[in-house]
Amino acid sequence: MGLRLLTALRDDGTIDPALDPALSREDLLFLFRKMLLLRALDEKAVLLQRAGRIGFYVPSSGQEAAEIGSGYALREGDWVFPSYRDHGVALLRGYPLETLVGQLFGNASDAMRGRQMPNHWCDRAARVVSVSSPVATQLPQAVGAGYAAKLCGDRIAVIAYFGDGGSSTGDFHAGMNFAGVYQTPTVFFCSNNQYAISLPVSLQTASGSIAEKAAAYGFEGIRVDGNDPLAVYRVTRDALARAREGGGPTLIEAVTYRMGPHSSSDDPTRYRSGEEIAEWTKKDPITRFTEHLRKAGIVGGGEAETLAEEAREEVLRAVKACEGVSPVPPESMVEDVYAEMPWHLVEQRKLLSPDEG
Amino acid sequence: MATMTLVQAIRDALSVEMERNPRVVLLGEDIGRNGGVFRVTEGLWERFGPERVLDTPLAEVGIVGTAIGMALYGLRPVAEIQFADFIYPAFDQIVSELAKFRYRSAGQFPAPVVIRAPSGGGIKGGLYHSQSPEAYFVHTAGLTVVMPSTPADGKGLLVSAMRSPDPVIFLEPKALYRTAKGEVPEGEYDVPLGKARTVREGTDVSIITYGAMVPVGEGAAAEAEKEGVSVEITDLRTLWPLDVEAVDRSVQKTGRAVVLHEAPRTCGLGAEVATLVQERSFLHLKAPVARVTGFDTPFPYSLERKYMPGVRRTLDAVRTAVNF
Repeated sequence: MGLRLLTALRDDGTIDPALDPALSREDLLFLFRKMLLLRALDEKAVLLQRAGRIGFYVPSSGQEAAEIGSGYALREGDWVFPSYRDHGVALLRGYPLETLVGQLFGNASDAMRGRQMPNHWCDRAARVVSVSSPVATQLPQAVGAGYAAKLCGDRIAVIAYFGDGGSSTGDFHAGMNFAGVYQTPTVFFCSNNQYAISLPVSLQTASGSIAEKAAAYGFEGIRVDGNDPLAVYRVTRDALARAREGGGPTLIEAVTYRMGPHSSSDDPTRYRSGEEIAEWTKKDPITRFTEHLRKAGIVGGGEAETLAEEAREEVLRAVKACEGVSPVPPESMVEDVYAEMPWHLVEQRKLLSPDEG
Repeated sequence: MATMTLVQAIRDALSVEMERNPRVVLLGEDIGRNGGVFRVTEGLWERFGPERVLDTPLAEVGIVGTAIGMALYGLRPVAEIQFADFIYPAFDQIVSELAKFRYRSAGQFPAPVVIRAPSGGGIKGGLYHSQSPEAYFVHTAGLTVVMPSTPADGKGLLVSAMRSPDPVIFLEPKALYRTAKGEVPEGEYDVPLGKARTVREGTDVSIITYGAMVPVGEGAAAEAEKEGVSVEITDLRTLWPLDVEAVDRSVQKTGRAVVLHEAPRTCGLGAEVATLVQERSFLHLKAPVARVTGFDTPFPYSLERKYMPGVRRTLDAVRTAVNF
């Protein structure tokens, strides 16, 4: 039982022609750079958190192929409903790195005005919808946005990201069911990173896979190697195209691994072994993609390391630009609750003390 | 003007606004072909089509979640929850998502959803077809909570809710659906949110109430009048953010306040109104602020009439205030 896992990149670095998306050299380098940027952002943010310079962080190391491969398949008009681990997708939507980093600091450089913990970003212009902490709430919302697009005659697709843990929620069921009934242009993208905080996917569901759950809702489920950016790109591109053309929803399960902790507050040594991590480290998507690019003659010699260094410098520049920016003004606390400030918040604004907080 | 019931007036509001604004869509259980279990949406599915009047699968979380996504994209969805008692499966979507979208996105993603739900007792509905959940939503920053008590307000307030930039929980007192009849302006008509209505003027006691308790207050006021006590009634209409100036004005005129609602007593809206009165009108008060409310029990089936405030209990509170 279970669906076949689709893989394009073979162990020897060559590609399966049946799944090769036939990307240009420039495209491949672009994907590689974004994966390196995401890894560099993660590594820097974890250090910033440990040094007490930011309060919290949700890393996505190990999931770069799923993030960047799927995000690259989106077109300009498409909408994204991310979870808190999908900043890589935001980076592909023209979302400036500085805006992401500013959100980590929660100061005046944060376009969200310091309202949320790190990793809860959004950008209207990039059609990246605001992230919340409750898991999988974005799934029925993505169905509603897809329905609206269809009603308005806009030929776009909506992608909703979530994790293996999210597949257990009522919101997953409702979202999938509504999408099937209304045939909305929704792509449900599950990054199955094997753990929901401490719970392994084997205890999350008795299904052979998450992808096969789609059958119960009347549409296709696809299981793809989530550490293979080209396979992820290929299946996501096809699912998005089908959605835009009125072919209805798809569930994609990208099988990957969360190499770091759930968040900066988590200690994964409590629930998984070093051997397991070592096993997955061999399948690190950046290592695998580097190998492929070398084999294909796209990066040579020390070029991969040079590109990684460039990514680290780009992150450092963004950190420098955002850290030390002035704090958010206190009165902003009572703004944006309603379109116009009601009387009780006008009154409560007067209670803000300059000597407290 | 046409004479309408509350059900007809709410349907008229939906119909007029759907005609005016092609972005208005309705969604809910049994609202399409069946016209809703209370027949509020009767005829709209035939008139506007199944694309704009959606019969949904039975999942409140799906209804509200889908409505939020529609609103983010630019539609003006009006979701029906069949009974307010069944709104809790959607609580997370309402409290953690709908109410917070504007704030958490710093204004980038407003979510102007209207959620309509028949509310309150009086139809022999027992525990699960009678609840008054308004306090949960009043307590949630970012929501506007509305409850009409007349057909004209039912239409005018719902039209304003559908044009509001903020999400609105629109609670409909189902006990009044067919018993409240009145003149309703035809065509385009709106009543501003955040403005209370003075139901009757008086000089001795202020009753502050809303929804299905408005006629109960009127009954008590008519009885009190026979005893020489002049009662003023304020119908809040918008429960939050409420019209505090209207409350101030009435209480400072009469010096006595009775807050009347059928929702449970503890941490009910009456507790907030009583606090606002003592904070803002303390030196005007001639008696403690009284609360006439439902009990802190589940809503009982057989003892419904004992549970819900009636004219007698309200009149007792008025007398106590006057004789303090």
